This record gives sequence, C-alpha cells and structure tokens, in this order.
Amino acid sequence: MAIRRGRGVAAINYPTGMNLGGDPTQALVHSTPTGNFMVTLSSVDLGQGLKQIMAQICAETIGVPTDRVIIDTADTDTGPHCMGTFASRGTHRAGNAVIQAAKEARQVMLEVAAEELEVNASDLETDGEGNILVKGAPQKSISIFDVALSAHFKRGRSISGRGMFLIPRSYPEKETGAMKPSTCYAHACTVAEVEVDDETGEVTVLTVKNIFEIGRALNPRMVEQQLVGGSWMGISHALYETTEPYYPNRDHGGTDFNQYLMPGPGDLAETEIIVLERPSADGPYGAKGPGEMCANPQIPAVANAVFDAVGVRIDTLPITPERILRALKAQSAN
Amino acid sequence: MAKVPVQFTLNGSEKAEFVEGGTTLLHALRDKIGDTSPKGGCHQGTCGACSVIIDGELKLSCLTLAETCGGTDIRTTSGLAEAGVLHPLQRAFLDAFATQCGFCTPGMIMAAKVLLDHTPNPSRDEVVEALSGNICRCTGYEPIIQAVLTAARANSQNAA
Ligand code: FES
Ligand code: FES
Repeated sequence: MAIRRGRGVAAINYPTGMNLGGDPTQALVHSTPTGNFMVTLSSVDLGQGLKQIMAQICAETIGVPTDRVIIDTADTDTGPHCMGTFASRGTHRAGNAVIQAAKEARQVMLEVAAEELEVNASDLETDGEGNILVKGAPQKSISIFDVALSAHFKRGRSISGRGMFLIPRSYPEKETGAMKPSTCYAHACTVAEVEVDDETGEVTVLTVKNIFEIGRALNPRMVEQQLVGGSWMGISHALYETTEPYYPNRDHGGTDFNQYLMPGPGDLAETEIIVLERPSADGPYGAKGPGEMCANPQIPAVANAVFDAVGVRIDTLPITPERILRALKAQSAN
Repeated sequence: MAKVPVQFTLNGSEKAEFVEGGTTLLHALRDKIGDTSPKGGCHQGTCGACSVIIDGELKLSCLTLAETCGGTDIRTTSGLAEAGVLHPLQRAFLDAFATQCGFCTPGMIMAAKVLLDHTPNPSRDEVVEALSGNICRCTGYEPIIQAVLTAARANSQNAA
C-alpha cells in the first residue's frame, strides 16, 4: 500500500456557440442627448463580464471611451432577441451584433458632425476621447457631446444602429454526413500531476498546468480570472461533483453542500495558466468563447494521471475513491 | 403567531422591528430592513453566503434567530465603505478580480474581516482556514485568498 504519483495530459478543441436551428443574437445601440451610448441586449451577464466586454466593443467601434457606454441587459421580454448566455457564445455572438449596431450609429454620428463642421462625413475621424476631428486638420473638431445635442435638438436625427449576428443552420450533406457545427473553435491543453493513495483511493491533485488558445483576449485580467476559476471547476468535475453518483439509480445524490462536494480553499492544486492569442476570423476583434472550454481539459488529464499512477482506467465521472478501489480490486483479480 | 419586538444596531444605526418568532436574522435583514448584502445560498448553514458579524464574531445569519439579536451590534458588508471610500478588503477584492457573479463575496468579506480584526498579519493557511466555511462557485478561491493577503499587507502598511 503506497501513495503513487502520476502525470496525465489532455488536449481539447471546443466550439464557440452551437448550431441546431441557427444561432442568432441581436443588439440595438442609441445615443443619449449628451452623447453617451446605450446598448440594449437580451444577453445576460452571469458574472463572466459580458457587460464590460460589450461596453469595450461598442466603445472601440464608435470611437468613444468605455465609460461613455451603458449596457442594458435588463429584460428579455422587451430587448432585441438573443438565444442566451450559454455555449460560450456571449462574447462572440453578442459582440458581433454590437459591432454592427455600433457601426451604423457611428455613421449617423459622423453625418451629423459633418453637417455641423460643413465637411464630408468621410473626412472625419474620432480621437477615442469623445471628439470628432477633420482628418489632417485636427484643429477643426466637435465634441460628441455637441454632436448628440445637435442631433436631438437641431437636426432631428437618431444616432442609433441595429445589429444582428446569425450563424445560419448547417444541414448535414446527405451522402457524407459532413456539416459545419461551428465556425470558431477555442483550444486547450492541460498537464495534471496527481497522487493516488492505493489503500484509500483518494486522489490529490498536485499541479495543473493549462494552456488556453482563446482568440484575442479582449480583457486579459477578466480572461485570466475566468480561466483560473474554470481550471478549478474542471478538477471539481473530475473528482468531486455529481448529483447522481450511481446513475441511472438516483440514490445517494447530494442534496446539500454537505453532500454535494467541491474542492474548498484548502484543496487547491498549484495552478498555472498560459494564454495564447490567435485572433479568430469571425469573432468580434478576434475573440473566441473561452467560457465552458476552460473547465474541460482538466478532466481527461486527471483521468490519465490516475491511470499513470495506479494503472486503472476510470471511465465514469467523478473519479471517486470508491471507483478507484473497485477498479484496483478488479485489476488484481485478473 | 405573536410578533416580538427586537432592537439592534446595524452598521452603526439603530434598528427596531417586529418579527415573528422563528424569523431568521437573514430574513429580517434582507426582507424587513432591506439590507440585501447578506445572501441566502442554502439557508441551512453550509455555504457561508449569509455571514454577518455580531458583536465582533462571525455568524451565519440563516441560523441566527432575529429575536435573539436584541441589543447586539451587527455589521454587514453594506456598511463597510466609509463616506464612499471602499474598505481595504473591498478594494483588494476588486483589484484581485476576486469576484465574478458576486454571490459569495459579501460572506467572504465578512469572514475575512473577522480574521483580520483578530489576526492582522495572517499566514496563507490562516486565510484558507478562515474562508473554509464559505463556498464559491466561480473564482477557484485563489484570487480570494490573494485579495485577503493583499488587504492584510495594506492594513499593516497603514498602521506602520
Ligand atoms: S445561507 Fe447561511 S450558510 Fe448558506
Ligand atoms: S464569485 Fe460567484 S460564487 Fe463566488
């Protein structure tokens, strides 16, 4: 009886969004009378930071500071249609819709500015700080605040835009079954090191080294926080969490936090996160969806590490001490 | 059931309420007084989201009857900021990106505050121990541990 060490590796690719009957998200953007920009969405922020990212995307596209953008995700009854926040699709789908809406609003904004400055709209540019300048003659400028006032009170224009992003439904080819389930994939690879006590079946994860390829990280600190939390959650799925430990039998499922287990702050593995940025072709400013993907590669990596440590393949999750001991017993019986 | 009067101090101001016997402090704070910073994650003492400080001690407000709180001094996360300036723990949680959905955050901050009140320079193990009754779904805990250690360092620098 001994503590045995093992190391496992696993790599995954992971689709951004899904494609069952088409996967749309819509967005509306309009300016307030003082030149702030309101983005109306039905996509929901669950804590992953959707509001911050949509504000950055809108601000970048219109050419204003991020704090001039207000994100309203209040109401799925009245907002523009969104399939929802799931399948790692929020940034990619809603972000593309926001870009399209913001481009249209920017065009109206530049047209109003052009009338005020008596130049062509195509000769104008934004400075990113709340002003519109004549290209090559920056002394000739107008603030976006004044442009919005003029649009509302003088010129009768609505500085607004409509955005739509749709991944159309893909049907399988009759002959081959080939189809395009997704247009955008994130990737990850994890190496996990574990110790397995072959007397108790207990697994301790010592280190988890993750590398994530997530397109462009639109907000690097928020990406990192999601990846750190996701890596922990992957370990939790590998070793702890289940509502049906004897599926399909429903008995002994955890009904509260005393029985539904997760690793606590005292059970953390040494965790390393490396981010690779390879901008995606169809993502907003190159982004992909890292949300769900980041909690996946740890699971097969831990299963492989357990195999490396004690020579048994556990093919049912979570990898509990009971399953390991039963597998060890079966192995020694053979 | 007859209602019972209860009076206590919440974040420095006097509160008086009539509560039904058996009402939890969590329910009284959130639904009667309107301080929604303590969260109800499990209502049975297993998640820590409802943590508050009563007379300097960390308590689970879901397991505390409001009628037993007469004359006590109760502190919640909503009372931490002073004149619009965030408490060092709140600042540290923000800077460390130690909150995502935020549901665990007020309980984590209360647990951390009691730790730092008694142990201004805790070791990592002491931080882990202090947070071990609080569940977080999102962060993987490490950013929270780092935030508490950072707040402790900020406190000791201010004191020095
Ligand atoms: S709500 Fe009190 S411990 Fe969960
Ligand atoms: S931040 Fe979501 S539960 Fe902790």
